[in-house]
Amino acid sequence: MAIKTILVSQGTCCKSAGAEKVLAALQKEISEVGLEAIVKTPGCHGFSEIDPVVVIEPEGILYAKVKVEDVPEIVHSLKEGSRWVERLYYRDPITNEGIPCVHDIPFFNKQQRTILKNCGALNPRDIHDYMEVGGYQAIRKALLEMTPAQVVAEVNRSGLRGLGGAGFPTGKKWEMCAAAPGEIKYVVCNADEGDPGSFQDRSVLEGDPHAVLEGLLLAGYAVGAQESYLYVRAEYPLAIKNLQIAIDQAKEKGFIGNDILGSGFKYDIKIFQGAGAFVCGEETALIQSLEGKRGMPYPRPPYPVIAGLHGKPTLIDNVKTLASIRWIINEGADWLVSRGTETSKGTAVFSITGKVANCGLVEVPMGITMREIVFEIGGGIPGGKKFKAVQTGGPSGGCLPEALLDTAIDFDTLRAAGSMMGSGGMVVMDEDTCMVDTARYFLDFSLKESCGQCAPCRLGTMQMHEILARITKGEGKLSDLDLLMELSEGVAKGSLCGLGKTAPNPVLTTLRYFRDEYETHINEGRCPSRSCKALISYTINSDKCKGCAKCVKACPVDAITGAKKEAHIIDGSKCTKCGVCLDECPDAFGAVECC
Amino acid sequence: MCQQQYTEQQVQEILTSFKREEREIIPILQRIQEDLGYLSEEAMLAVAKFVFVPESKIYATATFYAQFRFKPVGRNHIAVCRGTACHVRGAERIQDALERQLGIKEGETSEDLEHTLEAVACIGCCALAPAITINNQEVHGQLTPKKVAELFPAAAAKEAN
Repeated sequence: MAIKTILVSQGTCCKSAGAEKVLAALQKEISEVGLEAIVKTPGCHGFSEIDPVVVIEPEGILYAKVKVEDVPEIVHSLKEGSRWVERLYYRDPITNEGIPCVHDIPFFNKQQRTILKNCGALNPRDIHDYMEVGGYQAIRKALLEMTPAQVVAEVNRSGLRGLGGAGFPTGKKWEMCAAAPGEIKYVVCNADEGDPGSFQDRSVLEGDPHAVLEGLLLAGYAVGAQESYLYVRAEYPLAIKNLQIAIDQAKEKGFIGNDILGSGFKYDIKIFQGAGAFVCGEETALIQSLEGKRGMPYPRPPYPVIAGLHGKPTLIDNVKTLASIRWIINEGADWLVSRGTETSKGTAVFSITGKVANCGLVEVPMGITMREIVFEIGGGIPGGKKFKAVQTGGPSGGCLPEALLDTAIDFDTLRAAGSMMGSGGMVVMDEDTCMVDTARYFLDFSLKESCGQCAPCRLGTMQMHEILARITKGEGKLSDLDLLMELSEGVAKGSLCGLGKTAPNPVLTTLRYFRDEYETHINEGRCPSRSCKALISYTINSDKCKGCAKCVKACPVDAITGAKKEAHIIDGSKCTKCGVCLDECPDAFGAVECC
Repeated sequence: MCQQQYTEQQVQEILTSFKREEREIIPILQRIQEDLGYLSEEAMLAVAKFVFVPESKIYATATFYAQFRFKPVGRNHIAVCRGTACHVRGAERIQDALERQLGIKEGETSEDLEHTLEAVACIGCCALAPAITINNQEVHGQLTPKKVAELFPAAAAKEAN
């Protein structure tokens, strides 16, 4: 019998769900039972919904939502070599059928993983794992067989566009930086992933740090830089740790240093921890931050590729962009050209979250439809609820309605729909999500993150937020909607950087596709999703209430009265609308109503 | 983590491992906060002298970034995620429940330095939404107001009943 490899993913999301405890229990049990097996700890496999996950290779058997108590049974079944632990199989949310093999799970088999290929498969803290699957072959090929100009030309020909959100052609940027005069140049990896609801960069950094380092090396060689920075959010401690380990190992192996692979190419990679400012994802703000200043964007031109960090030509690329480069060098530009759509090549990585059955990270070819992502990979909306919208692109993007579900997604179609790719966050919303409140939520985010130097952004987002907050309280006027349009235009036109220019998008798209929801709030003083606190009230239906007193006990503000076995009553003046009573009321009664 | 006061000497020791350059300001402040818990007035002055820039410049940089704190933080630093996924799954209710249970508002620290409650943009555990972290390590996910009350029962108003 072949020795089994047992994979227990240890990404941030896996750990949050208890993967560390499962790993410890597994190692203990294996040594106690005397099972011959290799235990591996890769990064995130992407299917966060079913964490912690244990995968047994070579069969590819996947156990979902594993608890410490399950570990002895798993180990014993392997030791005896007789059967799998069927009760731990992943179950299809619709058919409830158990699926044993990882490759048969729709969440995985509908994906096309290249950037995420190693995530969940390799131990990110062991450079040998990466080298075994062809790691550092691209930089070897570039240094020993190609000139820097050839590397630039290959990236240019591949049609790769920056995967940080804006979609600027990567090769073009490299070409400009390579041509920029100057002896000293820098390369920066923008890993300041600040969009709320997206974690794809984090997953790549945690799960495949060497791929990012190899991308940085290739970029440095191509443009003629000697030094590079990884600008990573301090909120990603595991990513920072894995990157530091990877840098140290790469130095030891001679992939980073003074004479890399004997080619004479000298290069260093350093980590810089971002201190928590969303605007620093904007390249000029990021440069200011690297220089120790407030992260305030400044006007371009000159573009960073001409004069960036410390006034020197600086190439700034996103994590996923850099992680894609080695494929282009290894496989050739045509490999990418053949993938994706006419204008957007390759794959896109989305984090799919919110009101969807299968939360997680997916990599799909450009041109896939939103319906495929939400319903086939994502498994649809849980609890029998009705789909309402998909929000893409974070605070810079917009909410797209059901009518657009069949649109093929790429940089340009999303932009035409009023949203954008952004860093790849995709939040699914159902009938219980209020679109006015969603717009208010994003404006709240943008106004807090605005650096404040452009008045239209600083004041405009605040005004827009005030209006939206008023509407969610039922105090809006119909003329507010025109005012919102006017302010949106002003903020977009009058702001220097991307934050301000795109901050109105959540408002514009919700007004465009869900105007009726705004009107219901304004005209009828009602929130159709029953989500805006000021417009809802909780009552107890005395016909249905059995007087079990569960809600009375649970109410945190003592707003519910009534003796046992008698119908209870909510005192509206005390009620804070926290909804605990609704949660508590047994489904069989369903006496608490929200309207 | 919850150090209330620290000495000039502790700050000086940290400074010795840095260069006297402006680009070091953020890493220096990060290290002081990591080791000593927060940025005191004395520490800010020491950094200004070390890098040889006006104190106002250190404040300008430090106050721009959400990471930096100028007051000691409670023994339990509770970060409630307000990311989009958490928002659509009811993060506001969770924050309300935490404020109620702990008796402090978002951004505040309890007088006994036991709890600090802070709203953060996104902790990236979207599958566990709505989620909170305690001291940046312990993650509690798929929360409801009831689960919050179970996690933090002490200050609950109804405890006496």
